[in-house]
Amino acid sequence: MSAKPGPVFLERRTYRRRRTADAARLLPFLGVVLIGVPLLWGDESAEMAKTTRVMLYLFLVWVLLAGLSAIISRNLDKGEDDAPPGETPTRDDM
Amino acid sequence: MATLNVLVLVCLLYVAFLFAVAFGADRAARRGRGTWLRSPIIYTLSLSIYCTAWTFYGAVGFAARSGLEYVTIYLGPTLVMVGWWWTLRKMVRVGRSQRITSIADLISSRYGKSNTLAVFVTLLAVIGTTPYIALQLQSVTLSFATFAASDPTAAELPDQQSTALWVAFGLALFTILFGTRNLDANERHHGVVMAIALEAVVKLFALLAVGVFVVWGLAGGVSETLARIDASPIADWNMTGSRWIGLTMLSAAAFMCLPRMFQVMVVENENEDHLRTAAWAFPGYLMLMSLFVIPIAALGLQTLPEGANPDLFVLTLPLQEGRDGLAILSFIGGFSSATSMVIVAAIALSTMVSNHVVMPVWLWVTGGTAVVSGDVRNVALLARRMSIAGIVLLGYLYFRMSGGGTALAAIGLVSFAGLAQFLPALMGGLFWRAANRTGALAGLGVGFLVWLYCLFLPSFGPSAILPQDVFDNGLMGLNWLRPQALFGAQGMDPLVHAVMWSMLLNTAVFVFVSLVTFPQPVERLQGAQFVNVFEHSSGAATGWSGHLARSEDLMIMSQRIIGARQAQALFSGAAQRQGLAGYLPEPTPDFLQELERELSGSVGAATAHAMISQIVGGATVSVEDLMAVADETAQIMEYSSKLEAKTQEQERTARQLRAANEKLTQISVQKDAFLSQISHELRTPMTSIRAFSEILRDTGELRPAEQAKYVTIIHDETIRLTRLLDDLLDLSVLENGQVVLNVQTGRLGDLLDRAVSAAGGDDRAALQILRDRDDEDVMLTTDLDRLVQVFINVISNARKYCDAAQPVLTISLKREEGSLMIDFIDNGSGIPTNQHSVIFEKFSRIGEIKADGAGLGLAICREIMARIGGEITYLPGQSGAAFRVILPEAIASEAHAAPA
Repeated sequence: MSAKPGPVFLERRTYRRRRTADAARLLPFLGVVLIGVPLLWGDESAEMAKTTRVMLYLFLVWVLLAGLSAIISRNLDKGEDDAPPGETPTRDDM
Repeated sequence: MATLNVLVLVCLLYVAFLFAVAFGADRAARRGRGTWLRSPIIYTLSLSIYCTAWTFYGAVGFAARSGLEYVTIYLGPTLVMVGWWWTLRKMVRVGRSQRITSIADLISSRYGKSNTLAVFVTLLAVIGTTPYIALQLQSVTLSFATFAASDPTAAELPDQQSTALWVAFGLALFTILFGTRNLDANERHHGVVMAIALEAVVKLFALLAVGVFVVWGLAGGVSETLARIDASPIADWNMTGSRWIGLTMLSAAAFMCLPRMFQVMVVENENEDHLRTAAWAFPGYLMLMSLFVIPIAALGLQTLPEGANPDLFVLTLPLQEGRDGLAILSFIGGFSSATSMVIVAAIALSTMVSNHVVMPVWLWVTGGTAVVSGDVRNVALLARRMSIAGIVLLGYLYFRMSGGGTALAAIGLVSFAGLAQFLPALMGGLFWRAANRTGALAGLGVGFLVWLYCLFLPSFGPSAILPQDVFDNGLMGLNWLRPQALFGAQGMDPLVHAVMWSMLLNTAVFVFVSLVTFPQPVERLQGAQFVNVFEHSSGAATGWSGHLARSEDLMIMSQRIIGARQAQALFSGAAQRQGLAGYLPEPTPDFLQELERELSGSVGAATAHAMISQIVGGATVSVEDLMAVADETAQIMEYSSKLEAKTQEQERTARQLRAANEKLTQISVQKDAFLSQISHELRTPMTSIRAFSEILRDTGELRPAEQAKYVTIIHDETIRLTRLLDDLLDLSVLENGQVVLNVQTGRLGDLLDRAVSAAGGDDRAALQILRDRDDEDVMLTTDLDRLVQVFINVISNARKYCDAAQPVLTISLKREEGSLMIDFIDNGSGIPTNQHSVIFEKFSRIGEIKADGAGLGLAICREIMARIGGEITYLPGQSGAAFRVILPEAIASEAHAAPA
């Protein structure tokens, strides 16, 4: 097969970069969901969830969020601008 | 037991150390060293002013009262930070591209540079921040008192008020010293940021140290600690969902809206890429700050006596265990948290107060822009210093009046909720183009009123400000207006209730009013700039059209605001880019915009806009016209603005052609005038020479005295003729390049002496000449006689044309980029702008008054300067007529360098 390797490589990189930006946008929502989870605990019976358990869970979530954020931010190209206009999700017309 | 004196000493040493760090960082930054000052780590650490004394002491108190709820205050910012790609990136980009100086500036810039809005936001920020500053003073005072109480050697407890006063005074001093050193165009304070970063490390270290001591020292390990927590009163997780979510959202909102956070996050940001590091490092920092809070709270509740203030567990636990070193470290940590917050908050608020309140009022009182005398820069600095002192004083007064009773966390949350009211206007401004000024004002107003009525006033307690009757039965007996059960929303937590209603109503009113009203053209332009900031970060903000702008007026104004040297550099740089010589560029939209941004760094966006529009005049009208034409779609708008730009380009070209044509006509008129002048000049002496020689020839008996008189007249007239012909010859030789330079070396001072005495003539008293003889110790190597000729010409011009009652000529020297500039500035009325272009032409004379030359002097000067490699220019915008002689480096050398 004589596919042109150059453009394929470039496109792949652009694609990857845009998905990284998507991940960056989604990360806070993941955070909201994870932080909300303990609210679901302990309602089943009179037995309430323990502070220690929730505390350990929350700090784990915290470390996870910081870690994911580090990985994503590293992978976003330096000084790279927003995705091209076609991909910008928030555009209203006037 | 730790003595109070040791504590005071450590505290003073620490403060001195902070001063030294700030001073060193400032100096390094000014000298252009210290790239480490701009590292992402410093940026991240500076963000930690989010963690104030409220975090340091209050979080443990919060946890002791309601368990894990305290983490919401740190989870909110964590979410904002990991979601930086959404909002913070945009805020920072907008802040940098629009040269934003504060959150009030951002909101006012977005909504058409409205100063009303800026004043409103400023007011709100001051009201919302004052309790917070009081809180910091209270925490320092309380912790100090705790130490004093545990010290048996202290004879009596120090007065709390006086401690707070001293702390407030020291903070104001530090802030004024390092926060208002200069009016930097972009409002960055390296010294302060460095000190804040250092304090961030100190407070984290102190809190971790106390935590480690509690877990491994007191409890005896991790599993034992967990067991102790399970046995403590806060063992159970009983969180209401509304409070958990509400507080997280509130802290996230406040994180973006707090003036001090905006200051460090956006204004002090050096590089957008720093957000990448902060995106994970700051959540990490917050996590570490919260890590040991629950263990400290649990152990404190168990080991300390009943009734001990949980807000001070961080301090009292080590004290009770006799760990004085740790207690002092903990005190320093709390002290750091409190001071760094007050310093940054005071800087942020003072910028807002001085830019949006004091400066506009001052400009208005003194009658506008171009006619102001004195240096606006100094007024701005003074205004900022006064504002800092005022804001810290306000915090102190609040502390005194409130008596310092309320639990720390409660004040903090009230303040958060007030400042979070900026959020709808801020986010709407960044993401919604239709958001407009009226909507923002209405939303903010409603949100503020609801906050005031439902949270701020009730926070003083029932019957303190609001009577108990209002709590029970609502305002004016209207049941649905009860402050803690608005519209019948009963049984809610008061804080969540107030936050919910204020934010809901704020957003609803903001959106509704934005939808039904129509924005002004400037707002629409700014809206597009802000919302689509990533598509045209370098684009134009508000198209200035400079038809009527007069560059000289602009220059006079800019000199007063940013200083003469900087203004001259800016103007001549712009002129050079436009391919023009001299100091006055064409007032193109690009140039006006550059100027506006430059000025907005010193006086704020709204004021800068107002000042320029006052001089340019009618600028907004022309944009309005443009907008009226291209009303509907962005495409038409863009096309039309391009068209407008093109038309302006053509108009500019036409104007330049007209100017050139005018100049040619003027020169032609002058030439005609000169020809008749020269014939006249030649004829007058000729006539008298002829008349007197005829008398000598025809009259036989003349007395010797008469003869001598007539011959003298004939002689004088021939000298006048010769001089005129010499000048003409001189000029033509110079112009044809046939001149041979006679290069010598001499001292500038001596040359000026020669010129002054040669130009002095008889009436020495008429013109006073001011010189700085020390400066003039410069050796020159060139054709000195020719140079003196130039000096003589300029000085005698001042003598002839300066029309002041007491004429004064100032000769001053400047060195710039190697070349030597000699300015001759008199105090007369100067040369009218329309004559600037022709004064160096041949035959030109300004006006027709009392002139006895043929109008060749300056033309000769220009030719001479060109021959010897220098330049002579007219310097506009000075106190009178001003000429600048520029000598290149090769000619001028310092006296000591050249052997005389």
